[in-house]
Amino acid sequence: MTAELVQILLFPGFVFLFAYAMFVEWFDRKAYALMQNRVGPPWFQPFADFIKLMAKEYIIPRRANPLFFLLLPTGILAFVLTTIVCLPIASNRALYPFEGDILVVAFLLTAASIVIFLMGWFSNNPFTIVGGTRAISQMISYEVPLLFAILTPAILAGSWSITEITAYLRANPILLIIQLPALIIALIALQAKLERVPFDIPEAETEIVGGPLAELSGRGLALFHLATDIEMIVGVTLLANLFLGGFSANPALGLIEFFVKTLILVFILTAMRTVMARVRIEQLVLFCWHKLVPIALVQVLIAVLIKGWWLT
Amino acid sequence: MAEVKIPIGPQHPALEEPELFLLTVDGEEIVKAEMRIGYNHRGMEKSAEFRTFLQTLYLFERICGICSHSHTTCYILAVEEVAGLEIPERAKFIRTLVGELERIHSHLLWLGIAGHEIGFDTLFMYSWRDREFVLDILEEITGNRVNYGINTIGGVRRDIPEGKIDDYLKALDILEERCQYYAKLAFEEGTLAARLSGVHYLSKEKAIELCACGPMARASGVATDVRFEEPYLVYDQIPFNLVTYDSGDIFGRTVVRVLEVIESIKIARYCLQNMPPGEYRLEKVPKKIPEGEAFSRYEAPRGEDVHYVRSDGGENPYRAKVRAPTMQNLLATMESLKGSYIADAPIAIASMDPCFSCTDRIALVRDIRSGKESRIRFRDLSKYGKGGER
Repeated sequence: MTAELVQILLFPGFVFLFAYAMFVEWFDRKAYALMQNRVGPPWFQPFADFIKLMAKEYIIPRRANPLFFLLLPTGILAFVLTTIVCLPIASNRALYPFEGDILVVAFLLTAASIVIFLMGWFSNNPFTIVGGTRAISQMISYEVPLLFAILTPAILAGSWSITEITAYLRANPILLIIQLPALIIALIALQAKLERVPFDIPEAETEIVGGPLAELSGRGLALFHLATDIEMIVGVTLLANLFLGGFSANPALGLIEFFVKTLILVFILTAMRTVMARVRIEQLVLFCWHKLVPIALVQVLIAVLIKGWWLT
Repeated sequence: MAEVKIPIGPQHPALEEPELFLLTVDGEEIVKAEMRIGYNHRGMEKSAEFRTFLQTLYLFERICGICSHSHTTCYILAVEEVAGLEIPERAKFIRTLVGELERIHSHLLWLGIAGHEIGFDTLFMYSWRDREFVLDILEEITGNRVNYGINTIGGVRRDIPEGKIDDYLKALDILEERCQYYAKLAFEEGTLAARLSGVHYLSKEKAIELCACGPMARASGVATDVRFEEPYLVYDQIPFNLVTYDSGDIFGRTVVRVLEVIESIKIARYCLQNMPPGEYRLEKVPKKIPEGEAFSRYEAPRGEDVHYVRSDGGENPYRAKVRAPTMQNLLATMESLKGSYIADAPIAIASMDPCFSCTDRIALVRDIRSGKESRIRFRDLSKYGKGGER
C-alpha cells in the first residue's frame, strides 16, 4: 500500500510529472525560441510563472458561474493526472493495468477537452463562448482520427491494455514500421488536442483573446497551464508507448528511454508549431475529415489484414 | 442563439492602437461590422495653428510613429511650394532615400504583424529581425530609429556620411536576399497561402468606388501610386516598377508589400550610388512664409498621404490639413469584412496596415449605459478650457 502511494504521489506520479511538466514546457519554449532566432527563457521560467500565478488573486467575474469557475481548473488537472494509473511511465508496466485501459486514457483526455469547453461556457463572456464552441468543433474533428490511430496498435497486439500492447510491440518491433502513418496522424491529432499552433483555434490570442481561458486568472490559470503541460506529457507518453515501443523494464534504462522518446515527440510538436500558421476552424474540420480519417481508416484496414493473415 | 456581438477593441491583442470594431456574428460568420474611431484624437491640426512652420514640422513628425518621414515630407513639400523655395538636389536624394528606407521598415513591420495575427510567430520574429538592418541604417543617417527628424525647411538637417555608403549598400544586399526569400516563401509555403487566399476580398471596382489607396488598392489590381502619377522629389529620375497584384485578397496585399520592399531596396540603392555632391540645405530660409496655399501628395507606405497648407503671410500656418491613408482605406475594409469569418477579422483589419492615430479627427464621448453621445461645441470647449461655465 505504502509503495503504491509513493508511486502515485512521487514517482512516476504527481511530483515527478509536475517537475517534468515544467521541464518540458521550458524545453518547448526554448526550442521554439531558438528556432525563431530568439534567446528564450531560462530553465526556471515555467516554475517562476507557476509560482507567480499561484500567488495572484483569483478573480471570479460577476457574470461567470462561481461554482464551476472554482471546480473546473481542478477538474482538468484531476482528469489528466488520473491517466497515470493506466499509463506506463518510464517503465514497462502501468500502476494498475487492466484490459480496456487504453479507452480509459482516451476518455480521460477527451474529458479534459470538454472541461475547456465548459470553462468557456461558464465564463459567460463573448470571447470565451466563441472559444468554447470552437473547442467543441475542433474536438469532434480530431478525436475520430486520434482514436483510429490508437486503435491500430491495439488491433495488431490484440489487446485493449496499453501495458500488453507495448509488451507485444516490443517483442515484434517490425510492426512499429507498419503503423508509422498512424503515428503521424496521432501526432497531428495530439497537436490539435493540445490546442497548439497551427491548431490553437480555440485559444487564438489575436482573434478571441485566449478563448475559454480569457477570464481565468491566478490559481485557476496556473492549474490550467499545468494541466495542459501534463496533458502534453501524457499524450506523448501514450504515443511513445503505442508507436515507439515503450520503455525498458530496467528502471535506469527505462527512465533514459522515457526522456529520449518523449522529448523527440515534443520536439516534433514544437517544430510543427514553429513552421506553420494557424488554420481556420473550417479548414481544420475539412482537413481532419477529408484527409486524416481516410488515411486512418486505411491504416486500420491494413492492421486488420496483417492481424488476420500474418500474425495468426 | 441570440445574436452575439464580438468587440474587437478598444483594447485587444490584435490592435496596436485603441479602436473599436463591433462585429455581429452568426456562428463564425460576420453578418454586420460597425466601427468607432476617435480614441486617439490629439488635435494636431489645431495646435499647428499656434506653432511656427518649423515647429509644426516636428509636431507632424509625431502624427505617426511609423510613417513619420512621410508626413513631414508631405508637409514640407507644401510649405516649400508656398514659400517658393527650390531645395538642393542632394537634399532631394536624401529625402527620397530616407522615405524609401522608411517604406522598407514599415512593410517589414507589417509583415511581422500579419504573421502574428495569423498565429505565425516565426515570420513575425524573422521579419522584425531583418527590419533591424534598415533601422540601423536610418539611425546612422538620421540619428534616430523612428521619428527621424531629418527634414527641415529648405533641405535636410544632416548629410550622408561619405565613407559609410558601402556599408549601407552591403546591408541592403543582405536585406534584398532575405526579402527574395520571403517572396518565395509567400508563393510556395502552403499554410500561408491557404490562410490568406480569398480572405477579405476587395474587387477592383469596389476598390475604385470606395477610394482605396496604397498597397490595398494595388493588390486589387488598381495601378495607383503617387510616385508614378505625380512624381515628387526625384522619383522621375529613378527607374523602378509599380507593383500590382490582381487577387484582391490579403495574400495579394502580402505579395505586393514584399515585392515593394524589393523595389524600395532598388530605389534606395540607386539613391546611394547616384547621390549628387553639393549642399544639402539652403543657407537662409525665411521665417515668414508668404501668403498662399499648397496641396501636396506623397506615397506613404500605407498609401496616399495628402497635406494642405495655407499661409496668411505670418510665421504660423493659417491652416494645415492632414489626410492620412488609413482614412481612405477604412471604408473598403469595413465593406469587405461582411461575410468573412471572425477568425479572419484581425488579419483583415491589419491588412490595410491601419494607423488610427493618424486618422482620428474628432473624439466623441458616449455614455456606455444609455448609448447617448454628447458633443461639445467649439465655443463651449474654449469656455471650458478657460475655466468658465461648464
